[in-house]
Amino acid sequence: MTSAEKYVTAVYLVVLAVVLLYVVLYSFKLSRLEREVSELAELAARKAERQEAA
Amino acid sequence: MSTSLRNNQPIVFAATAAGLLLLGTALAFYWVPNAPIEGFRQRIFYVHVPIALTAYASFAWGAWKALRLLWTRDRRYDLESYTAVHIGVIFGVLTLLTGSIWARTSWGHWWVWGSRQLVLFLVLFLFYAAYFMLRFSVDPGPRRANISAVYALFGVALIPVSFLAIRLAEDLVHPVVFTHDVQNRLTASQFTTFGICFAGMLALAGSLYVNELTGKRLDARLRELREALQ
Repeated sequence: MTSAEKYVTAVYLVVLAVVLLYVVLYSFKLSRLEREVSELAELAARKAERQEAA
Repeated sequence: MSTSLRNNQPIVFAATAAGLLLLGTALAFYWVPNAPIEGFRQRIFYVHVPIALTAYASFAWGAWKALRLLWTRDRRYDLESYTAVHIGVIFGVLTLLTGSIWARTSWGHWWVWGSRQLVLFLVLFLFYAAYFMLRFSVDPGPRRANISAVYALFGVALIPVSFLAIRLAEDLVHPVVFTHDVQNRLTASQFTTFGICFAGMLALAGSLYVNELTGKRLDARLRELREALQ
């Protein structure tokens, strides 16, 4: 592989790596949002139970 | 826009981006001949330039949404402007990384401080990177939205300066390919491949924008819901 070919490959791989990094970070964000939705659902259920008991 | 198209926006953008970028890469490697001066390494052009133009387009989109916010006072434009700047910064990082590798293989240096166009792009990038510091130094609310919008609008003035610097620079280190000069201008195959890659990058930016905006909206709604429940 020539020097030019190595650099061209590096450019395409850098772009791919950054896009993949974004996907990984976004998946962490989605996991956090999913966790928050579960917490809020529990919070809403507890609030409903308290209202029923009252 | 029809409801089904709006609902499937992320899929449409992602599929278009994947298709066009794969086609553009295949054309760059198997169809376009080696350039007379740059040789094989000219293939970096089909990635670097579309990414740089997409960064400009994202910043301009952010400024447009900022203008809409200041004009209409509709708070939803704040999140849209913020998301566009966010995507612009991602493409700005990619522009600097790919440009640096191209500089290394063409000029023998990772960065040339004497080149005005490089420095101007770095200034533009740092300006928008500072947008986040400004945004998160102000409490959420109309004041934050207005300050962020004014900042995003100021930044857009740097785009034509940065873009034109490539043509106006006297050092001529950075190549100019969109020209009437017969020796330097793009051939039909080069221009077609560039167009496909540029459309692909715009679709990729669109895909990231739609997904990021959905995530940020969801985040904001969950915060409101938590406040209402507690």
